[in-house]
Amino acid sequence: MVEQVPMIEFQDVGVQAGAFTLQNVNLRIGRGAYTVLLGSTGSGKTTLLELLCGLRRPQHGRILLNGSEVTALDPAERGIGYVPQDGALFPAMTVAKQIALPLEVRKVPRPEIRKRVAEISEKLGVQHLLKRYPRMGGASGAAGRGGGSSNSGGLSGGERQRVALARALVFEPFVLCLDEPLSAVDEETRVQLYPLLRSTTNDFGATVLHVTHSSSESRVLASHGLRLVNGKLETWLPEPTSNAETDSVSAAMPPAE
Amino acid sequence: MALPNPKVPRAGSYRFFAGMGILAAAYGLLIVGMLIADLGFTDWRRLKEAVSSEPIQYAIQLSLTTCTLAALLSLLVAIPAGYLLARCQFRGKWLLDAIFDIPIVLPPLVVGLSLLILFQTALGQAFEQNIFPVTYELPSVVLAQFTVAASFAVRTMKVTYSQQDRRHEDVARTLGCSRWQAFLRVVLPESRQGVIAAGTLAWARALGEFGPILVFSGATRMKTEVLPSSVFLELSVGNLEAALAVSLLMVFVAILVLSLARYFGLRGSTW
Repeated sequence: MVEQVPMIEFQDVGVQAGAFTLQNVNLRIGRGAYTVLLGSTGSGKTTLLELLCGLRRPQHGRILLNGSEVTALDPAERGIGYVPQDGALFPAMTVAKQIALPLEVRKVPRPEIRKRVAEISEKLGVQHLLKRYPRMGGASGAAGRGGGSSNSGGLSGGERQRVALARALVFEPFVLCLDEPLSAVDEETRVQLYPLLRSTTNDFGATVLHVTHSSSESRVLASHGLRLVNGKLETWLPEPTSNAETDSVSAAMPPAE
Repeated sequence: MALPNPKVPRAGSYRFFAGMGILAAAYGLLIVGMLIADLGFTDWRRLKEAVSSEPIQYAIQLSLTTCTLAALLSLLVAIPAGYLLARCQFRGKWLLDAIFDIPIVLPPLVVGLSLLILFQTALGQAFEQNIFPVTYELPSVVLAQFTVAASFAVRTMKVTYSQQDRRHEDVARTLGCSRWQAFLRVVLPESRQGVIAAGTLAWARALGEFGPILVFSGATRMKTEVLPSSVFLELSVGNLEAALAVSLLMVFVAILVLSLARYFGLRGSTW
């Protein structure tokens, strides 16, 4: 059997970040997999995503996307959709403007941008929010200034996540990184977002790496599961008894200590 | 046995707040008292006369122009400096941070003297002869104002960028923005309030700048005379009314600028 080239591959990646170390991380994630990475707070999950997105350089090891090395590439050159915790929406931009941003910097023609923003916002159910500013509740309202008062409402937690997802998917990335995307929303919204996450990422054929500390979330969503313990990766789904080499996701343990 | 009742502050509380309040109020009274005394001392007819005199008109125009230039130049260096100090880790950062504070702590006359000496060096002389003359000319006014004002603007921009969520820049870069694009499209628009605050603060500092200008530019009527120089020149010839008139004009402008800065939010600023 010819082995398929994994979409995401980490080869002996290591980084020291403040108090903890990620050591000799080996990781292979197959195309189209929805992988949930579990780990407690401070276990290095976010660091791992930042390494993948290029926001952090590893001290050693190689990172490959679809078989080609990206270790030294800038985040912009990797084409990975990234949704950090609580969305990190840009407060100074309307929802429409920030969804359009990835297309604008790729010099997509205006009419095409308008079409694609409309499509993705409809898919994620945010088309009625396009003119709003994503002000946080606490920040004082520069949103009211400039724009019409009807559009100064701000966004709820669920709406923020949908917008962040639209913004990360609009340029059709091969890989989507989600950092605790459901931690800031209430239970009801979360249940609504589960199928949306699965179906949209499926539609785009994106390979997803979803980081969370919630094991209930992971059971609903994951096609494959990893766990980060003390800076090392373990596989929990499929059950680790199977032969790791044939799985489309595997976390190869580092060689003997 | 009585339980403590949280609604009745104990006598110690009263004494505490009274003590703190009196000390704070004393300073407030001094400031307000100064301004009220100014107003009471003013002969309004003479004020109009003084403000409409030709040299004062010139000084008003010169002050407004040079302050605006100095504030814009301050932003031009404060935005990158504040960004680097707040967001990046690099060797010698503490030193750079300390250097940017020097104009704030240096006595104003020393700033002026040091600028004067800088343009007496071979490099300074070469600049004056080949590019444009500075000392005792109009550019010296802007440079003296800028030297001090930029220092305050750097502080404000540093606070602005350290309070801003840095993940926004990260996300912009994953979305396809280069570092420049992420900065210009996401980081800078988000720091709009800080930029306005730093700009007004720099402008206000520049307006009140006197010591460095006196030494580095002189106080030549109809040439390098800015509003603080007018106050000085009028006082030195015993024309108290005119000095007061110009002072009140500056008080008015300062209050206006302060209100604008408050309106646009000096939140998080360190002074």
